[in-house]
Amino acid sequence: MTSLLEVNDLRLSYPGKGFRARPAEILHGVSLTVAEGETLGVVGESGSGKTTIGRALLGLAEPSSGSIRFDGRDITHVGAKERRRLARDIQVIFQDPYTSLNPSLTIGDILTEPLIAQGTPAAAARTRVADLLERVGLPEDAAQRLPREFSGGQRQRVAIARALAPEPRLIVCDEPVSALDLSTQTRVLDLLIDIQRRTGVAYLFISHDLAVVRHISHRVAVLYRGDLVETGPAGPVTTAPEHPYTQKLVLASPVADPVEQERRRTERRKLASNAH
Amino acid sequence: MTAQAPAPRRRRSLAGRLLRDPQAVAAASVLLIIVVLGLIGPLLTSHGPNEASLDSINADPGTPGYLLGGDRSGQDILARLLASINTSVVSALIGTSIALLVGVSAGLVGGYYDRIRGGAEWLFSLIMTFPGLLLLIVLLPLTKGDFKVTMVIFGVLLSPGVYRLTRNLVVGVKNELFVDAARVSGLSDPRILRRHVLFAVRGPVIIATAFLAGASIGVQSGLSFLGVGPATTPSFGAMIAGGFAELYTEPLQFVWPSLMLGMMTASLVLFGNALRDALEGATRKPVKIKPVRPEPRTTGDAPAGLLVVEDLAIAYPTPSGELREVVSGVSLSLDAGETLGLVGESGSGKTQTAFAILRVLPAEAVVTRGSIRLDGREILGLKEKDMRALRGRSIAYVPQEPMSNLDPSFTVGDQLVEGLRAAKGLSRKEARAQALALLERVGIAEPERTFRCYPHQISGGMAQRVLIAGAVASRPVLLIADEPTTALDVTVQAEILDLLRDLQKELGMALLLVTHNFGVVADICDRISVMREGQIVETGTALEVFREPAHPYTRMLLDCVLDENTVRTDPPPASVPAHAEEEQR
Repeated sequence: MTSLLEVNDLRLSYPGKGFRARPAEILHGVSLTVAEGETLGVVGESGSGKTTIGRALLGLAEPSSGSIRFDGRDITHVGAKERRRLARDIQVIFQDPYTSLNPSLTIGDILTEPLIAQGTPAAAARTRVADLLERVGLPEDAAQRLPREFSGGQRQRVAIARALAPEPRLIVCDEPVSALDLSTQTRVLDLLIDIQRRTGVAYLFISHDLAVVRHISHRVAVLYRGDLVETGPAGPVTTAPEHPYTQKLVLASPVADPVEQERRRTERRKLASNAH
Repeated sequence: MTAQAPAPRRRRSLAGRLLRDPQAVAAASVLLIIVVLGLIGPLLTSHGPNEASLDSINADPGTPGYLLGGDRSGQDILARLLASINTSVVSALIGTSIALLVGVSAGLVGGYYDRIRGGAEWLFSLIMTFPGLLLLIVLLPLTKGDFKVTMVIFGVLLSPGVYRLTRNLVVGVKNELFVDAARVSGLSDPRILRRHVLFAVRGPVIIATAFLAGASIGVQSGLSFLGVGPATTPSFGAMIAGGFAELYTEPLQFVWPSLMLGMMTASLVLFGNALRDALEGATRKPVKIKPVRPEPRTTGDAPAGLLVVEDLAIAYPTPSGELREVVSGVSLSLDAGETLGLVGESGSGKTQTAFAILRVLPAEAVVTRGSIRLDGREILGLKEKDMRALRGRSIAYVPQEPMSNLDPSFTVGDQLVEGLRAAKGLSRKEARAQALALLERVGIAEPERTFRCYPHQISGGMAQRVLIAGAVASRPVLLIADEPTTALDVTVQAEILDLLRDLQKELGMALLLVTHNFGVVADICDRISVMREGQIVETGTALEVFREPAHPYTRMLLDCVLDENTVRTDPPPASVPAHAEEEQR
């Protein structure tokens, strides 16, 4: 199975704050692969660098070393023009559906934007919008309305439609359901899975929530303070992990069952006291 | 029958909103009339503005052909007045358009590209150091007195203000996710600037434009009042200067141009204000509605419990003046030492209920009915002073966002000490000792060091521990925690929940936990109330609700919880044909 995306020993630093401050390294050599049509879940807590990986892939952050290969081609430091062309293949869904849609553009304008940027004629782009809206389960008249008329879940559907518009091969999903209510969350996840089955798009699915990642990922990579500590098939990694950090993470995620949760709590406390 | 979808509440267009504002309509009409008068000036007068006649020197108003009379040069005052309007309008157009062109484009580029900003900043700071009016006078030989060229220079002098305004707005908007999304969509930078960034910054710039126009007219008149520029250019300034000379003999000559100039600039400023209201939304004060004073309960059938909420309803006034209920008839009770989870999705009214118990609802919220009793004492009718005492000592609160609930300009220790002294009336030294003990109690490894830290120097988990320390300092009987772990990592969440559980046992306090997370509820709650659209649909012990949910809504929510069993099992779609190929070989 050839990999669509290959990240090799990726390091990334942000400039330090203050005069002559040393840059802070966020990623300390991360390597991962995503195959065609596959979902790789990236789990980590705040500050682990999971969002930074996504931003580096999208060209929104500049890696300090290492390489990113997409479809066999090195895209680590491509120029602005080449990056714009890559938009056809790599897309994004951000966490916050409230700030990721321009409040003053109609849904139709938001959706035609990536198409027109890729050179699709305006008329063809407009007909495609109807198709996109249908695919994410939004009414057709949504195109004439503004983002503020929609709920969080609906807005996230718009963001998904926007990402799907150029028919990309990889979508970076940065916590796409974290801002949503429980019931909406499940529906959006199911929509993403359904789209993947139909179009064969690959996802790099970034989340802090093990349960969400387990639900959508084929493979899972666990990130801890800028290092990948464990990578493997979703089932084993998220239920019976090998690395102590992942074990801690699994035991700390509460389950919706009082009895089972009490069992976990004792187990977690045992693990913690053993560690001391 | 086709169900009519509720019409989306559309905000009126800018023009529509302006038309409903009497100030905007009046100011715009005055401006429009003045401009039209200027344009049709030659039709209204029989003399050109520069036509002088010795017969008409200081002619009285009403002299045939000289409706407003003649000035000291024998020129028709009306003709000059109307021609001056055109000079002002042209000045305003040139001044503002140059200022906008230079300021906005430099502001967009300077705000968007960090590298260019330094240079742009320097350049505009330099322009700002020029003494404006003086420079315009000094440059007179260069401009040959032509007011149009002068206004071009003045436009450049005005541009730093526009630049700074635009640059600030752009810096604010360029890190918004929708700009990132546009970049990922493959849009070129000029297109992003035009379509996304300019759109977001246009409001304040439009408002500034009205004031820039006023400034341009003022400066042009000022210069010509000083006598800068040829006398053949009709201008309010020159007319006022002429009127000044004849002030004692012909006072009216002075009045006309002053009046016209005043009207123009005043209308521009008023129109600018109306624009601001329309674009930035003047906040209309909601109608103050007096909350009901619940009758003190006299009957003995009151349900017992530490906290008893009965039939609580909270409403907010809508723009049309009616009340819209967000909580309708919530009843719950909580015993000492017990933990109740108030669970619901966003908008279910769970936080509103908690805020009502704390009596910290926003000012416009109205409690329309119901009763909240703590230890048998009615909270709803309580005076603010008594409530404050209650909040400090008997009821405590742990918020969702620990960081935004700590004041960034004081150390953690200062904030704890202040709270302790207010609640318990301790001396500074005693309070400090207690604060340190509390920090240690909530599991902070180095209390002394954390005590001296500012909030930005500690992690979110630590900040939440600090807030919990502050909340339990006065040994409250009831702790209300509103999504206390939602903003935290799961590993930290587990620790915070442990801490809350231990503290509750130790202090015997009741805990009202507001959350959307069923895992958190399962971890810590004895009983659960499920809320939906302002009502409690189900209440029961944790085990009952999780194992045998009675209400379909609870069942639906629990079905949505992703548990251990929801591991994805289907293979990646693209790999299916690849596998099939392998099998064929």
